[in-house]
Amino acid sequence: MNNSYEITIGLEIHAQLLTHSKAFCFAPSEFAATENTMVGPVSAGLPGALPVLNLRAVELAVRAGHCLNCTINSKSVFSRKNYFYPDLPKGYQISQFDLPLCSNGWIEIEFGQNQKKRINIERIHMEEDAGKSTHFGSNSLLNLNRSGVPLIEIVTKPEITSSEEAVAFMKKVHSILTFAKVSDGNMEEGNFRCDVNLSVKPVGEKILGTRTEIKNINSFRFAEKAIAYEASRQIALIQNGQRVIQETRGWDAALDKTFSQRSKEEAHDYRYFPDPDLPPLVLTPHFIEQIIKDTPELPEAKKNRLAAKYRLSEYDASLLTSSSEVANYFEECISQGAPAKPAANWILGDLFSHLKLREELSIERSPIAPKALAELISLIETKVISGKIAKTVFSEMFNSGETASRIVKAKRLSQVSDSSQIQNWVNEVLQKNPEVVTQFQQGQSKVFAFLVGQVMKLSQGKADPEQVSVLLKKGIAP
Amino acid sequence: MNTPEDFLSNGDFLKIREALDKKQISSTELTKLSLIKAKAQNDKTNALIHFCDQQALDTAAQADKRIASGETGALLGIPIAVKDLILVKDAPTTAASKMLENFTAPYDATVVSRLRSASAPIIAKANLDEFAMGSSNETSFFGCVKNPWDLSRVPGGSSGGSAAAVAARSFTLSLGTDTGGSIRQPSSLCGITGLKPTYGRVSRYGVVAFASSLDQVGPMCTDALSCAAIMDVISGRDLHDATCNHENKADSFALTKAYSEKQSLKGLKIGLAKQFLSSKVQTDVHRNVEAAIAYYKSVGAEVIEIDLPHVEHSLACYYLICTSEASSNLARYDGVRYGYRSPKEDSSLLDLYKNSRAEGFGDEVKRRILLGTFALSSGYYDDYFQKAARIRRLISKDFESAFKKVDVIASPTSPFTAFKLGEKTKDPLSMYAADIFTLATNLAGLPAVSFNVGFDQSNLPIGLQLQGARWNDNLLLGLAALYQKNNPGKNKAATL
Repeated sequence: MNNSYEITIGLEIHAQLLTHSKAFCFAPSEFAATENTMVGPVSAGLPGALPVLNLRAVELAVRAGHCLNCTINSKSVFSRKNYFYPDLPKGYQISQFDLPLCSNGWIEIEFGQNQKKRINIERIHMEEDAGKSTHFGSNSLLNLNRSGVPLIEIVTKPEITSSEEAVAFMKKVHSILTFAKVSDGNMEEGNFRCDVNLSVKPVGEKILGTRTEIKNINSFRFAEKAIAYEASRQIALIQNGQRVIQETRGWDAALDKTFSQRSKEEAHDYRYFPDPDLPPLVLTPHFIEQIIKDTPELPEAKKNRLAAKYRLSEYDASLLTSSSEVANYFEECISQGAPAKPAANWILGDLFSHLKLREELSIERSPIAPKALAELISLIETKVISGKIAKTVFSEMFNSGETASRIVKAKRLSQVSDSSQIQNWVNEVLQKNPEVVTQFQQGQSKVFAFLVGQVMKLSQGKADPEQVSVLLKKGIAP
Repeated sequence: MNTPEDFLSNGDFLKIREALDKKQISSTELTKLSLIKAKAQNDKTNALIHFCDQQALDTAAQADKRIASGETGALLGIPIAVKDLILVKDAPTTAASKMLENFTAPYDATVVSRLRSASAPIIAKANLDEFAMGSSNETSFFGCVKNPWDLSRVPGGSSGGSAAAVAARSFTLSLGTDTGGSIRQPSSLCGITGLKPTYGRVSRYGVVAFASSLDQVGPMCTDALSCAAIMDVISGRDLHDATCNHENKADSFALTKAYSEKQSLKGLKIGLAKQFLSSKVQTDVHRNVEAAIAYYKSVGAEVIEIDLPHVEHSLACYYLICTSEASSNLARYDGVRYGYRSPKEDSSLLDLYKNSRAEGFGDEVKRRILLGTFALSSGYYDDYFQKAARIRRLISKDFESAFKKVDVIASPTSPFTAFKLGEKTKDPLSMYAADIFTLATNLAGLPAVSFNVGFDQSNLPIGLQLQGARWNDNLLLGLAALYQKNNPGKNKAATL
């Protein structure tokens, strides 16, 4: 990056709210269903259909505002944003314009090496999503399942100055909204996506440069790349004596480039006006308090609680709360009876590395469910298998999806705790290695580990290591 | 006087109700007769766009069963027509536009499902101005409606079909919609009784939207008691309409009937707005309206002059707000998912929109979409839409203070009686002026009734409008019913 320029970024994050039905009608809110089956008169924009506000969507939007330190406005207004597009059945989107639900929030982001920065949030407003168009040459298909699905749009102040900060902000908001169960945050399905407003100016210059808006970025990695590309593009234009044109751009993930979509001249005049079908939304203090009371634990609080309650290191606790799915997985293991420390170790160690190896599989799709991991841990705790064998069993579980007990049974991996059997193995090893026994007796205590290893080998790993150690010590004593 | 035809021609609600309940006539007989009569009259008036024979006869049979089993109900078995802006499942709903010429409604409007529950046979979809935009029923894609009192004249609009068919007694009950006078003005021009209810009293769900903050469905019938009976069935809270939250106590009919039997109006104050008194009004209209007010005085009402200082801006305010909302409400008719699509080969999506809308909408609709789009445009919003919204609040306040002094405000419904077909089509502004007495009611969301109080020299009906305070609809119907009980001869059928 050219050091003589500064970047200014403002983000608009769209997050789909976790409701069962749509924002303004009773149709179910399931995008993944068969095309055009989750559609009623309202979301199809039929003549005579009227919007009715989904109370659950309001609750979730208020919750988001609370979690992002916003003022919740007791009165807000829904407005119509008018434009023509086939996947917008009414010819307007119901959104909020001059009186949004939430304003003046902030969060603190952490990035780089322990750098912290507060990013201010201008507003959060509620709106409905459009449908989806798919184009094939000169034909287009419409799927209206997503039409009318409730969204919140989170708009930052233009205070972000690098892709690193931008991505840190997106990740933090993503984590907060998913922990708070405001949104499922599924980025692949577009349930959490971002528009980036970006301009550059020479260092020290007071007036902001002309900005472009990069639309619909649905991965953290794309955001990082798009910002880097767009900043370089704008700087190169200025350095070549050209001007940045105010326009809307898209991100081409295949070419790693932004591309022009619509210039300012072609920009829509959205003709916002208050939607006469929806009375202003007026919230009572009691309603807002109730929502705040019902808000699930946020990542920061959860991290602190896990660390304190289970005596985990700060580092482990923060890894276990890196996403709500990981935290849920951990807590589910605990509720299935696993002790905290081993559960944390297994998740952060073997489970993470196995997931990573399998194409970054997400933890909620792990072939080993929390209950299965808890069972494996209990087999170790009750000495049915040794920690070493457990590692093999874990891999087997991950690959086959079988439970630990079935694998142990099928492969006869149970640990032997029968002291007479172990005594036989100890005796055999002592007999086969008289010179090692002598070395030990002469004070070379290091060789003891070799003898333990020999017993374990003889038992095919099944002997209880603690008993082996006790019996060996007895047998070797001069 | 006991054949179905007698009951239909007479149009007296109480008599029809009694005849059905006493099984002197059956709903099936009445419905069949209505259909036959409506079809025959339609050749002359063009009041109806579509007939729902099968649905209506099925409902009539059901009603007869219910009556036979001893059930009662205000509308049980009485045929009704609805303006073709209101969706009736499985029947065409055209809004009198080429845009929806071939559109079949896939769901029932809330008012329709309530009529069905009441077993009122829905026999036809009535003609109207295209998308309810007009005051003469001349903008309909299916041709203008003719006034049964004089076939060379307009029936008024936009609910002209409902008014004309009731005036000719094809049936006695109908539903219209009123955005700026569309129930009252045709009721006046055709000599029937129409109520524009308080905004929020009747659900708009399933009613093709013209201007959402002004639109209201209401009854257009032979008499005030019919209107009250309909209100008991159709009004009240609807989960599908966020602006319809008023509880339906179902007491309109009882209250209206009780009011019609009053001996004295002592204590009732009728307001006359000086702004209305100074308006240009046809002499016959003025005289008959004064006579009607004199009647109320004669039974004890007091008449007081009031001031509505901002009401003179109603016309400008109304045409900014209704066109702005319409420009957005009609955006959904784009040729993509349903409705008219231009057969021209489209070179682009924009062409598809342009051609479909250019060919699908009529001139008046286009004029209003253009006006509204302009009024909402960036740079003009503050001067037009915003300013109109402010004036609207001032008009509402005028009425609020007026209703602290009086119970109702009286005026002519229309400054003139039915005008000739084609007389005002060349000059939209003179057409818009036909609604000067009715527009302010909608801007303030108030109830108003229009009913016949006389005839001009050419035997054309003259309507009196009574406006009331918010939720005071029943008082208006009561006053109309009282007048009708004590002034026989005003509520007569037009003979074709």
